[in-house]
Amino acid sequence: MSSYPEPESTPEPSARPGFANGIYNWADERLGLTEVIAMARHKMVPQHKYSFWYYWGGISLLCFIVQLLTGVLLLVYYRPGKEAYESVREITYDVDFGWLIRSAHSWSANLMVFAVLVHMFSVFFMKAYKKPREFGWWTGLGLLALVMLFGFSGYLLPMDELSYFATKVGLQLPSMLPGVGTIVNNVVRGGPSVGEHTVQRFFALHVVILPLLFMPLLGFHLLLVQKHGNALPPGEAARPVKERHSIPFFPNFFAMDLAMWLIALNVITILATLFPWDLGQAANPLASTPLGIHPEWYFMSQFQMLKGMGLIVPGLAGEVAGMGLFTAVLIFWALIPLFDTGTAGGQRGRITTWTGVIILTAMLALTIWGYAAL
Amino acid sequence: MSEPNATDLTHITTPDEPAGRRGLLQLGVTLAGACYAGALGYPVYRYLATPAMRAASAEGEVTTVSIPSSGLPGPGNGTIFLFGSRPTLLIHYGDGHYSAFDAVCSHLGCTVSFEPENHRIFCPCHGGVYDMNTGNVVSGPPPRGLKPYRVEVKDNHVIVSRA
Repeated sequence: MSSYPEPESTPEPSARPGFANGIYNWADERLGLTEVIAMARHKMVPQHKYSFWYYWGGISLLCFIVQLLTGVLLLVYYRPGKEAYESVREITYDVDFGWLIRSAHSWSANLMVFAVLVHMFSVFFMKAYKKPREFGWWTGLGLLALVMLFGFSGYLLPMDELSYFATKVGLQLPSMLPGVGTIVNNVVRGGPSVGEHTVQRFFALHVVILPLLFMPLLGFHLLLVQKHGNALPPGEAARPVKERHSIPFFPNFFAMDLAMWLIALNVITILATLFPWDLGQAANPLASTPLGIHPEWYFMSQFQMLKGMGLIVPGLAGEVAGMGLFTAVLIFWALIPLFDTGTAGGQRGRITTWTGVIILTAMLALTIWGYAAL
Repeated sequence: MSEPNATDLTHITTPDEPAGRRGLLQLGVTLAGACYAGALGYPVYRYLATPAMRAASAEGEVTTVSIPSSGLPGPGNGTIFLFGSRPTLLIHYGDGHYSAFDAVCSHLGCTVSFEPENHRIFCPCHGGVYDMNTGNVVSGPPPRGLKPYRVEVKDNHVIVSRA
């Protein structure tokens, strides 16, 4: 390696014999890999009793990668429009291992929503949205909203009975709002009822528009994580610096992250293999809605809140009140970094924590109530 | 910040470790990784290959094709029909008898055509010329002749089968 231009500029001597090392050295001279590794090694991740919750962002990311890969594979056989159901039937029952790819996509989607929610609440309770990480919170909420839209649009694509009626109900809610109704019907649903035009545009949304919005936002989110590092939970931050523990990002945290990815991948594979996703009857606009129709679990609390509001305030007013309350909570949730700016033990800090506890409890209670009421 | 603790994994790279154990560990990880990649890769390959594999096995099942008189070319003419999914050339000679040849040029897979006025089978892509009676290469780039089929005439039908 006598031709190496500035050997002293590399943090570690990397020139080692062997074929693999030869390739590494070749790439290193051109890309500065050793510098990146040295930076990753230099970067520290706090180690404490809540460290487990740091992995959920990474698990969400793995699920997204699985969605990307299985989604592209499904695109190979999926045909939107009139043939949507038939093509999903072919994927599920005809194409070799098609059932596995489709099941992995569905299970990974569910696990992704779950991981994103766990990630959000752990960030919330560790107060990781505080200065200077406000934009991390906001981009994260944006990503969550996109994940929900991914779920809602993807759910319709098989066009079976359940997805047809779930989408019908889901689109009916905003279309009842004065002023918005016509726009939703004309633009989102593409007709007076859910049909081939709805599938076609949901497909465009699901595979083009949403990924196009999601990926740059995700990149920005990860850039912010890299810039600010992991936040310390309040209890840990209160301890003197000498008593805190931390591990290098590379290889220690990275190895743990990979282990978590492996576990998540195995969970997805086992679920997809042992509990393959079902395909119902083809959607039939003439058929009556089957009994026990309900949204996916991640929309259950909102669904049940609307149902519950209907009991208190009957009619359209109840729906509007429900959606109004939901919007108010959402706005509060987004503005939390601007509200909770003091110390963790301060008045605003305690109000925020308790609000979070109430919201989480309400979500869980509404979801359980929703399933119990089916 | 830098004090060692229980979950510190950097010791893996310390040189004091017995080399044999480390090598074994690396081999194990590599093997497990290869198994994992195979377990993920095999279903994906089969998933993507399904239509091609099904078509290939269906291809082998086609052994004869019967062409009714309405689909036959007149004397001195030729026509292309599908033997399974493969374009095949049927020639009706001036003397009344028939021959059939694979119509896929052996050079780069274009479909050849019968040119009665030039007494040849011609591939327009790169100028390959085949003999109209035997399917052998006359000139041009094709490495092999066109594979002939067995042809029988029975009850106004022409029955083409693998030779």
